Amino acid sequence: MIASQFEYLQQFLKSRSGLVLSNEKQYLVESRLLPVARRHGLSSLSELVQAMQKPGATQIATDVVEAMTTNESFFFRDGTPFQLFRETMLPAMIKARADRRTIRIWCAAASTGQEPYSLAICLKEAAHKLAGIRVEIIATDLSSEVLDKARNGIYSQFEVQRGLPIQTLLKYFTQKGDLWQINADLRAMVQWRKLNLLESFAGLGTFDIVFCRNVLIYFDQPTKVDVLQRIARGIAPDGYLVLGAAETVVGLTDAFRPVPGLRGLYQTGQAGPSAATPRPRLSVAG
Amino acid sequence: MKHCLVVDDSSVIRKVARRILEELEFEISEAEDGLKALELCRQRMPDAILLDWNMPEMDGLEFLLALRKEEGGGAPIVVFCTTENDVAHITRAIRAGANEYIMKPFDKDIVEAKFQEAGLL
Ligand SMILES: C[S@@+](CC[C@H](N)C(=O)[O-])C[C@H]1O[C@@H](n2cnc3c(N)ncnc32)[C@H](O)[C@@H]1O
Repeated sequence: MIASQFEYLQQFLKSRSGLVLSNEKQYLVESRLLPVARRHGLSSLSELVQAMQKPGATQIATDVVEAMTTNESFFFRDGTPFQLFRETMLPAMIKARADRRTIRIWCAAASTGQEPYSLAICLKEAAHKLAGIRVEIIATDLSSEVLDKARNGIYSQFEVQRGLPIQTLLKYFTQKGDLWQINADLRAMVQWRKLNLLESFAGLGTFDIVFCRNVLIYFDQPTKVDVLQRIARGIAPDGYLVLGAAETVVGLTDAFRPVPGLRGLYQTGQAGPSAATPRPRLSVAG
Repeated sequence: MKHCLVVDDSSVIRKVARRILEELEFEISEAEDGLKALELCRQRMPDAILLDWNMPEMDGLEFLLALRKEEGGGAPIVVFCTTENDVAHITRAIRAGANEYIMKPFDKDIVEAKFQEAGLL
């Protein structure tokens, strides 16, 4: 692959998925895209890039975009966000939505489903506290391949052993040979949609809790700012945003501010009481 | 430093487990079957036990049932680590008092995740 072809790939991926591919990532491109080339009967990356540029090459283009996404995910990844979901966000929303009787959750880069299913498990275990409030989980991702896997909810022995206590596995999964499928009642709690965060998501409506974890890290600064500001518009004034462990809004936008003492949690700051009353200087966590 | 007893009849598996657990800052003892493990526990009760199922002399399940009857035998956190990966085996192990369950093959990530679940890290 010649330099101009790598540049073409960089620009193509940046515009299609937001992925910033630095010059040192040539090795990654090779390991991820050679299999795509072979699947399309092409023998090199050079040929692949040429084929992508032909009119009507939409399938190749989509395959390239999807192959370049990083889809790693675990059940209850990083622990804390799910603890905060159980102990802070969910109780606050149960109180605040007692009249409207619906809580809406969005997993904005759900990958193979571990994140929305972890939330579904938390909700199952908190069912007695929900007092009949309906909870919607909308899970979206750019890649149809991961969404198919997520929808089926079938995981390898390796995947179910990272993050799931054995009792949780026994309770909510059914063994299929060497694989484990999350039970139908949990699968029914999640709605899946293909969605590119670079495009409008206003059509999804307003959410009370948004998990947008480990996807902004792949974008450049203006793209991060744009996505965060559009999420802010789609979140209820008292709603919560959860970012990944290596992500923050600080220095990017003031559409969100960190919730003091609760790491990884953000609010828009337009909420009634907290916007009306100035926050105390020293706030004590939890 | 927490003390973990690794019980497995394969010396290769014991070696791999020892390397992973030493990285997680455990002090390690080893036993090659349930009977030897029980003797070691009587001398000095470990904080954690990584336990294979199929072993000569006394298997993992028999060992666990015997351990829980020993004085102080309720204390160690027991993590099964076995190729027996069906729901029936897992359920029997939990009923017998196992705290966590690793299905072989395992790697460092799995051991770390499971020891975390079990409250050992
Ligand atoms: C590392 S995974 C994160 C999964 C999960 N949120 C977690 O934290 O474990 C990143 C996901 O972001 C998706 N993704 C990348 N670019 C995207 C975009 N522009 N729009 C929507 N999803 C995107 C990828 O397909 C991938 O599944």
